[in-house]
Amino acid sequence: MAIEFKVNGRDVSVEADADTPLLWALREDLQLTGTKFGCGIAACGACSVHVDGQITRSCSVPISEIAGRSVTTIEGLKGSDGALHTVQRAWIEAQVPQCGYCQSGQIMAAVALIEATGSPSDAQIDEAMTNICRCGTYPRIRKAILAATGQAAAALQGDA
Amino acid sequence: MADNPTPHLDMPIEAAPPKKKKGMVRRAFLVGSALLVGGGVFGVYWSDSSARARAKTLTETGNDRNFLGWMKIAEDDTVTVYSPHIDFGQGSHTALGQMLADELDADWSKVRVEQAPADTAFANTPLGKGFLAEMSGAPGVINALPGALIAMIARSLPLQITGGSSAVRYTGQVGMRTVGAAVRLALIEEAADRLGVPTSELTTADSKVIHAKSGKALRYGELAAGAAERSLSSDPVLKTRDQFTLIGKPVPRLDIPAKVDGSAVYGIDLVLPEMRVATIAAAPVRGGKLLSVDEKPALAVTGLEKVIKLDDAVIVVAKRYWQAQKGLKALSPQFSDGGHGNVSSASIYSAQEALRKAGKPENEGGEGDVDAAFGVAGAKTLTAEYRVPFLHHAMMEPFALTGHYAQGKLTLWGGLQDPLSTRARAAKAAGIAMDDVVFNPMIMGGGFGRRFPDMTEIIDQVALLAKQVPYPVKLIWSREEEVRHGTYRPQSSAQLKATLGQDGRISAWRTDYVQSGDAEGETSFIYAIPATSRRHFSYQSNQMDGPWRSVNSTQIGFCNESFIDELAHSAGEDPYQFRRKHLPAGSRHLKVLDTVAQRAGWGSPLPEGVGRGIAIVESFGTIVAEVIEASVREDGSPKVLKAWAVVDCGTTVNPLNAEAQIAGGLIMGLSSAIGEAITLDKGAVVQSNFNDYNILKLADAPPMIDVHFLESGAKIGGIGEPGVPPASPALANALFAATGKRIRTLPILTQAKA
Repeated sequence: MAIEFKVNGRDVSVEADADTPLLWALREDLQLTGTKFGCGIAACGACSVHVDGQITRSCSVPISEIAGRSVTTIEGLKGSDGALHTVQRAWIEAQVPQCGYCQSGQIMAAVALIEATGSPSDAQIDEAMTNICRCGTYPRIRKAILAATGQAAAALQGDA
Repeated sequence: MADNPTPHLDMPIEAAPPKKKKGMVRRAFLVGSALLVGGGVFGVYWSDSSARARAKTLTETGNDRNFLGWMKIAEDDTVTVYSPHIDFGQGSHTALGQMLADELDADWSKVRVEQAPADTAFANTPLGKGFLAEMSGAPGVINALPGALIAMIARSLPLQITGGSSAVRYTGQVGMRTVGAAVRLALIEEAADRLGVPTSELTTADSKVIHAKSGKALRYGELAAGAAERSLSSDPVLKTRDQFTLIGKPVPRLDIPAKVDGSAVYGIDLVLPEMRVATIAAAPVRGGKLLSVDEKPALAVTGLEKVIKLDDAVIVVAKRYWQAQKGLKALSPQFSDGGHGNVSSASIYSAQEALRKAGKPENEGGEGDVDAAFGVAGAKTLTAEYRVPFLHHAMMEPFALTGHYAQGKLTLWGGLQDPLSTRARAAKAAGIAMDDVVFNPMIMGGGFGRRFPDMTEIIDQVALLAKQVPYPVKLIWSREEEVRHGTYRPQSSAQLKATLGQDGRISAWRTDYVQSGDAEGETSFIYAIPATSRRHFSYQSNQMDGPWRSVNSTQIGFCNESFIDELAHSAGEDPYQFRRKHLPAGSRHLKVLDTVAQRAGWGSPLPEGVGRGIAIVESFGTIVAEVIEASVREDGSPKVLKAWAVVDCGTTVNPLNAEAQIAGGLIMGLSSAIGEAITLDKGAVVQSNFNDYNILKLADAPPMIDVHFLESGAKIGGIGEPGVPPASPALANALFAATGKRIRTLPILTQAKA
């Protein structure tokens, strides 16, 4: 069946079984491979995207539930002029990624957190940033979020 | 073409301490069949003319000029460095580029680092040389091998491995720097001829040869064609520390921009025309075989095209991954248990204990008469048993490999740790010649020791699968498949026994250590004790275990550094001061230990319920000491509050990346200690995914990790692995300090709930 929704501001129509997870429609039908497959059970967050602005683990949402909604992926974070999002810039500045595989999801989670809270506290970061990073980039993720929200002084205290 | 008539690379390689020959076995296994230990055999030496010609045809386009298969210079001055090592996130590509570019005096903004093609023309001699020297303890023998012999035996050996924290240590130090320096000299000679001035009047900077007297300068891009025709020096003078412009500098990593905007293409992301997607279920009990499967339920699923039976697995092929998953779930394959139906984690520990008690070690290291020391009247003896479980690598990108078989040739795309060995293994599985296999290395979502071709069944699976379908096919392992069919860090157990003499020092120490393979020679025993005995017993279960970030150093580090803590408390001494007493005065180890204690404020008062633990481990030529502050939550789970790491790896090539590697390693060590375990029941792995394999998350990682490097200038050590081993004992020691409860079995969470 054809399911219509918006991705990164663009109208799309995907021909797929209704139970196909959004993740696989993004990756295989729309070739948006920046969103990653990590576990398939919403446990790791590598597949995180925004659905109507809400952080969503796309591996566990059937595409039938996405009809008519608006999805933002890592590829859609850049501005219309191609400039990186503040959070992406902070990620480069803090040299966060190692293998990088989880970072699309981490960045999407961070953007959602910042949009919801403005300037997240350490406790809010702890609560919201539940994506797994096996390389152990957590201290730099925290630092980048603080730096991206004008809390650079706090960010400096996190050394790594 | 400029041929170097006497290929010779004279960089001295320091002697490693002599080790018993048996101690080499496990490391040899780790680097795989690529290295034939003891046979004096290693890979392509400083490329000979045919290899260089091949390297040129593989990489030169337009007027680019390739030098030795290691780098090329384009007319616009762009320098491309070819790394024989893969980069799965450890930052080695940037570090290797820095090392070559520094000696070359290249403009860093115009330097690119690419994965070398999976071709013997790009095989990695310095690595073979370095590894062999470290393992055999006889570098003189290696350097004395005649170049002709080396060239003769070299070509057939695949050697593009990444492991043992080797990239910077060997390839960078021996290879990249020498190539950069040699090419720089050729560029100077070319410029001298063109300008008609002596080479002594020329200097280099920012990819230019400069003649200060006349104010003239020639760009490397202008000089490359001529320089490439020149004979290259095999032993150029390398820079001294004070001359470095890139080595030791916090250069941003080259790969990061593509990892923040989703544009980096990993192996799992590959899309090819007409490509199909496959997924797999292998026998739940390793060693079991596929008995039967009714294909019909799968074939009823939309998009499902084919069910393929392997000896020990069933594969389904579909247009889309989700369809393949549904097809696989519709099947009820029957597997045998290969006679391993009684294996459990408990049965492995029991068998290990029995083996240990039988007293016939595979290997023994140490010195002095331990038994005599144990028998001294009045000596205080302490005995303890430690156990650590199998660990899953949990690389975030599940295995994915794409293959296309057409006209007798197999082409592969994906991320594996040794591109050349990947070709060799695929050729064997497909029953074709290695020359008929092309492998295209891609970016990897982590590795941690999981992607060695020797232990990578997905290569065989794809080789067999690709031969049965006419289109390209990408095989993706589900996370469940990856968790249940890993090449885990071995489940291991040890009994440690030591005596304290009248002087309060350890007079004798024995470790009886059991796991698969033979771990002796893997971890440096750093303490000065009159009598030591390290006995290694080899027990192989039905599981395929292998190297897990830092190989055996996490298990052995946990045992040793926990036990010395026990001894300290038994002697009524402070654990830091007690360690000090057993480290030689003036040693690098002592300096690392003192520095971490000082930075962590060792001895200063702590809030109630908070404990402080310390540990020091040397692995892969690097000494790391860590201090952890931790407390225990109401539910018994540990809360890590702060962490410090002090590192002596000789010289840091890229401090920014080195810090990330150490901090990440420390977190991985904590994660494994707190919550990770692969357990077995009825021969099969119990865990299935990240819901029951517990990896530390941000909230549980220390928000502050203070990483500090001591630039001792000693021989360069590894950086990707050595941050891991001290973390688990430092945490266990901190929890003992906080609670008085000694942790001898990991993971801690299982113990807390028990």
